[in-house]
Amino acid sequence: MAHRPAGTLYRGKLGMWTWVLHRITGVGIYFFLLVHILDTALVRVSPEAYNSVVASYKTDIVGVAEIGLVGAILFHGFNGIRVMLIDFWRKGAKYQHQMFWVVLVIWVILMAGFVPRQLMHIFGA
Amino acid sequence: MAIVIEQPDAPRSRKGAQWEKRAWIFMRISGVILIFLIIGHLLVNLVLPERGVKAIDFAFVAGKWASPFWQVYDGLILWLALIHGTNGMRTLVNDYSEREWLRKALNVTLWVTAAALLLLGTLVITTFDPCIDPNVHNYLPDLVCKG
Repeated sequence: MAHRPAGTLYRGKLGMWTWVLHRITGVGIYFFLLVHILDTALVRVSPEAYNSVVASYKTDIVGVAEIGLVGAILFHGFNGIRVMLIDFWRKGAKYQHQMFWVVLVIWVILMAGFVPRQLMHIFGA
Repeated sequence: MAIVIEQPDAPRSRKGAQWEKRAWIFMRISGVILIFLIIGHLLVNLVLPERGVKAIDFAFVAGKWASPFWQVYDGLILWLALIHGTNGMRTLVNDYSEREWLRKALNVTLWVTAAALLLLGTLVITTFDPCIDPNVHNYLPDLVCKG
């Protein structure tokens, strides 16, 4: 029976797709960071200017989008740890698959804590 | 247009190699620190307060930046995250831009943007003045405003 190649670290299958997702989340977070520095800079202008712009973060749509942002940040952060373990840990490359599932479990646990809390803040009384 | 792939073992200038190595190391060190700083940032601003994101306004920021701890904390996130993000974008630009002039232009844009926002953000944190709010004494009763 032909042996199906498991894919190398960054070429094919899970290793490649987490690499792609790491890049996409990174770009998303980068552009949010640019906006977030600019909106925060309004505290130097006037309380009204800052409050009116920050009000947009409290709307239903942006409030739900913040869940996506936090999800992207948590994935990028913990997958970054996985990348570092692949780089520095002797068995990192061997266990890169398993480490992805660990990242996913940590992500699900943290999101399970964040999502209901955020939805309560946005849609709660 | 032909794409030229560098020979991986081709000798490169010592200076260039050093720079890339330092950037690589910076990504890892700043990445670890940012995980802690940003999870803390999200907890303190979005999760722990009674009303979460809805509690954020000028008074909330003034309350935090009354303490040097949060000024340093936010300043650290600003510097580490923006340099980390800019260097990550540089990696993507170097990977995907095929025209040399475009690659250079995008990289210059990235670093000019980073320098401008680092300057702006640092000035905002260090020169922030809660006294521009006439109602500041409602939430910072001990604050002394000049004039």
